[in-house]
Order: sequence, then structure tokens, then C-alpha cells
Amino acid sequence: MSNASSARKPPRVGDQPLFRRLLIGIVLVVGALLILAPLIVIGVEAFSEGWRVYASTLADPDTRHAIFLTVVTALIAVPINTVFGIAAAWAITKFDFPGRRFLLVVIEIPFSISPIVAGVAYLFVYGLQGFFGPLLEVYDIKILFALPGIILASMFVTAPFVARELIPLMQAQGRDLEESATSLGASGWRTFFSVTLPNIKWALLYGVVLCNARVMGEFGAVSVVSGNIRGQTNTLPLHIELLYHDYQAAGAFASASILAVIAVFTIIAKVALERQGAGRVRRPALSTPAVPAVEPKP
Amino acid sequence: MKIRLDHVVKTFNTFRAVRDVSLEIESGELVALLGPSGSGKTTILRMVAGLEFADGGHIYFGDQDATDIPVRDRGVGFVFQHYALFPHMTVQENIAFGMKVSKVKREKAAIAARVVELLRLVRLEGLGDRFPAQISGGQRQRVALARALAVDPKVLLLDEPFGALDAAVRRDLRRWLREIHDELGITTLFVTHDQEEALDLADRVVILNEGQIVQQGTPEQVCRDPKSAFVTRFLGDANRLSAEVRGGVAYADGAAIAAEGVANGAAEIYARPGDLDWSAAGPGISASVTRVLDRPGGRRVIAVTAAGEHVEFDVEPELAVRAGDQGFVTLRRAQVFTAS
Repeated sequence: MSNASSARKPPRVGDQPLFRRLLIGIVLVVGALLILAPLIVIGVEAFSEGWRVYASTLADPDTRHAIFLTVVTALIAVPINTVFGIAAAWAITKFDFPGRRFLLVVIEIPFSISPIVAGVAYLFVYGLQGFFGPLLEVYDIKILFALPGIILASMFVTAPFVARELIPLMQAQGRDLEESATSLGASGWRTFFSVTLPNIKWALLYGVVLCNARVMGEFGAVSVVSGNIRGQTNTLPLHIELLYHDYQAAGAFASASILAVIAVFTIIAKVALERQGAGRVRRPALSTPAVPAVEPKP
Repeated sequence: MKIRLDHVVKTFNTFRAVRDVSLEIESGELVALLGPSGSGKTTILRMVAGLEFADGGHIYFGDQDATDIPVRDRGVGFVFQHYALFPHMTVQENIAFGMKVSKVKREKAAIAARVVELLRLVRLEGLGDRFPAQISGGQRQRVALARALAVDPKVLLLDEPFGALDAAVRRDLRRWLREIHDELGITTLFVTHDQEEALDLADRVVILNEGQIVQQGTPEQVCRDPKSAFVTRFLGDANRLSAEVRGGVAYADGAAIAAEGVANGAAEIYARPGDLDWSAAGPGISASVTRVLDRPGGRRVIAVTAAGEHVEFDVEPELAVRAGDQGFVTLRRAQVFTAS
């Protein structure tokens, strides 16, 4: 009887059975075609000619150098962008200065601009015909078609990652914690390392993980400034493209599988960090009012 | 430690938060800064702490000019409205923080002993290993106080210390803070917008409005002898009646009350709900009852006078009075100020 009566009840808003099944179906199919299938193809193709070919492709000196270069780029670009991100978030959330909103917009630019634009812009600034070109030539400093150019381009693309994670969190935390640490006699450094940093560490790590994934996978900006010299300025993504154009499909897929594995680890790290409270809208922090402030009685 | 503010001024952009405030707080005194929001009370407290710096004037701690001493070296204990406990540290670690980072080096054992002592003082024995998120709001505020006291501050400053707590916890903590103050004898300045809190707790109340001190004195002085209509209204419910002063007497429609020293002309009479009497027969101010509110201790009657002014007053619980009744209000006690 209760079943019959509940069947007569109209469904909740947006809960029509047909609509629900259709929507879930579409999302699953599109997700499988768009995201899952290519990843599976990478795995299958990488091993299509067996383990030996896979291992020998990765043992190839050019591939190994590409991996090495990618790791070196990440080791330099990620720490610099981390420090920049903390500094930018600190400046924006704890100080009030003219141009604060402008800085907020500037930090976001790399997200909205095509990476290739950044690459071309670097050509114009550091290239031989570029702004600093003659000066760099006089002192024999190579930026383009060398490691510094690759690092600069990667840093441009990933500049917002850390700052974006930290800004909303630090805004919610306010200045109370730092003020109270200082009033208790702590120095600036002490306050930063024992009070500020522990409270932003999960969001910071989250930003670092995303930043690292992007640095290792960056293609567009780097391809313009690196010059694509095999064994010298080829990062892993560029190397994959080269292998593919050389009709070495198995090699290309083997190298691509490395990036895919990095991506999987990134996602695992991301999920683990999200469990710690990073990367989503924060619960109100302890330092913000749990109860709305009581209005003064007239 | 005696604190003295000498013609202190503070402006934020174009907003004049504090305008020429001079104030003395005696050593060992417990003083409340009371005022509505935007009256500059928190800014004054933060300037005493060194969290804001005055644009003009001086702040003295004893004989020392502390105006430009940074907060780190000023030796004040500051308790924040929302506690500002370090969420990643236990209660013990929070309390020990000031002693660990201090320029004065302390033995580990000495710090641990002091933490135990402070936990006992704020009645939180056994909660030392909890994190701030695991204790109640009232407990957090007590941890914040213990943390501030740990560094032996010269002055204790509290910003709306009980503002975020519910009424019952507030009353308890108020009494308890008074006990702690009497035990330690530390000069204490606290900010509140709750007149009851200020009057219950403080030796002296400093009432602020629009960045200026409008009156200061003991709770008795400010309650019995408010110097302005603002102070009268701010300290509690008050009925306002239009009147006219002639020769030291204020005349309202059906009532007259002594108004010595008030200039002739338009005036306002302020009377507390407890200072009005109700009778069915005159003389008095003719009024009709619009609503009766029943409370555990009595009845509050809301009425409107013949002149159209609303009055509220308390009557005995046994008194039979209903909406629509006609009667007369008489003034037992009132303050008269020149109309603003």
C-alpha cells in the first residue's frame, strides 16, 4: 500500500526518472569517449610491441634527456612559483595597497591566455631581434632555445596555481592569527613559520601539485621558446610530438605513458589533499565569527 | 601599570575613527570602553596594544612614551573577539607559544609548570591536549586569556571578549573574568558594545560616540547622572517625551518635573520604564494601552500618549491592564535635556 501511495507522489524538482537516466547516460558516454578511451589507448599502444620495445624506447638517450630536462625544469620552476605564489597571496590578502585588484587580475592572466602567446611574447622580448636581444648577445647569455627560456615559459604558464589556492584561504583567515602571535612576542619569521605556514600547508601543497603537473606537461609555450633540439632542449611533451612525427608511434605512446602516470599520481595526491581540506571552499576558519556579531542596542 | 592617552587621533583614509581622546587608566583598574559600532572603541584598544598607530597624540605606559613601541615589544596581552587561537596547536601549545618565542629564554620545565598553573587559573585542567576545534566557545575564550596572561603582560586588553558567546556563558565568564582580575590585579581595558557587560564588570566605564569620549565614570555615576541624551539612551531603555522648560521646570502634556540648569525652551524628558507609574485616574499624562507584554518578573505595558508618543513602563504582575485601557502615566524620576 505504501508503495502505491508513494508512486502517486510527484517527483521532486529535477528528479524525473527519464531526465535523470538520460543525463547520467550522456555524461557517462561522453566521459568515456572523451577522457577514458584516449588514456586506455595510450596504455595499449605503449605496450603494443611488447615490454622490450617499451623499455628500449625509454632507454633511448634522447628520451632520457627529455625526461631529465623536464624534471630539471620542474625542480626550478615549481619552487620559484611557490615562493612567488605565497608572496603574491600574502601581499593581496594582508596588505592594502594601490593596484591590489590589478595584481589580482594580472596573476590570473596566464589562465586565460593561450600558452603559445606567452611563447611568442618571450621571443619578442628575449629573441635576437627582441627587446633584450642585442644586450643578451653582447654578454653571450642564451635564454631562448636553452634551459632558461624553457623555465621562463613554464613559469609564466603556471604562475597562478599556488596564489589562486592560497588567496581565498588567507582571506578567510584574516590577520588575527599573525597579530596575536606578534603580540605574544614572536618575530616576523617565527610568525610565518609557526603560525601562517602550518595553516596554509594543505592548500599550498595542493597548489604545488597542480603547478608541478602543469610544468611537466606544458607544451605550447615551451615549444616556441625551446627550439626543439633533440637531446638538448626537448622536454618530454615536445619529445612525444617529435617521436610521433617520426612515425615512432610506440615510442611516442611509451613516452606519453610516463606523463599519464605522472597525471595519475597528481590526481591521487590531489584527492588526498582535498581530504585535508585543501582546494575547496573552506569551512569558516576559527578566526572568523561562528556567530554573526551582535548588533549594538540603540 | 598606569596607562595614559594624551590627545590621541586616528584617521582611516577619510574616516576619523578617533578624535582627540585623552584618558587615564590607573594601575590595577578594570576599565570598559563602551560605545556603538563605529565609535572608535576598538581602534583605541588596538592603538594601546600597538596593532594600530596613532596619527597624533601620545600613549604612555607609566612614565614611558609607548606611542611608537611595536606590538611585539610593548608587553601587552591581547584577547581577540574571535579568540585567534592557533588551530594547529593544542591548548597547551597555544598557551606556551608566547613563552617559547619570547626574547626572555625560559627552561622547558618552567614553561610546562606555568602552563599547568594557567590551565588551573582558567579552570581548564585536563583539556590541555585538545585542539581549539574540540572545545566550546567559552573554553576557547578562556584559553585565549590564559595565552595572553602567560607572557606576564603589563596590561591586559580584551576586544569584545564575550561578543561571540551566548547569553548564559557570557554571564558566567563575566563574573569569572572579574574574579581573575581581582586575583591578579592586572590593569585591564576591555571593549564592548553591551552596556550590561560594561556596567557589571568594570570599575569605570568610558562611553564613546563618534570617536570621542562622551562621558566616563563609575557604573553608578554614569547610570545615575548621564550627562547627555545619547548616554541616557545608550545605557538602557528610555522613554522620550517632548517638553518645554520654563524657569528650571520641564512641562510635558500633563506632567512637570524639575530640570535645574536646563535652558528655557524645547526639551526632552527621558525616563526609564521602571520610573513611570500607571494609574486609572489622573493627574498625569493621558495615555491608552496598545499592548501588554508578560514576563516572568512583571508586566511591560506599551502605551501611546495623547500627544502620540510611545511609552513603555513596568507594572506589578497582579495589575489588571489590557490593550485599549485608558489611564494616566506619572513620572517618578527622569532626566531632562535641551532638545537636539
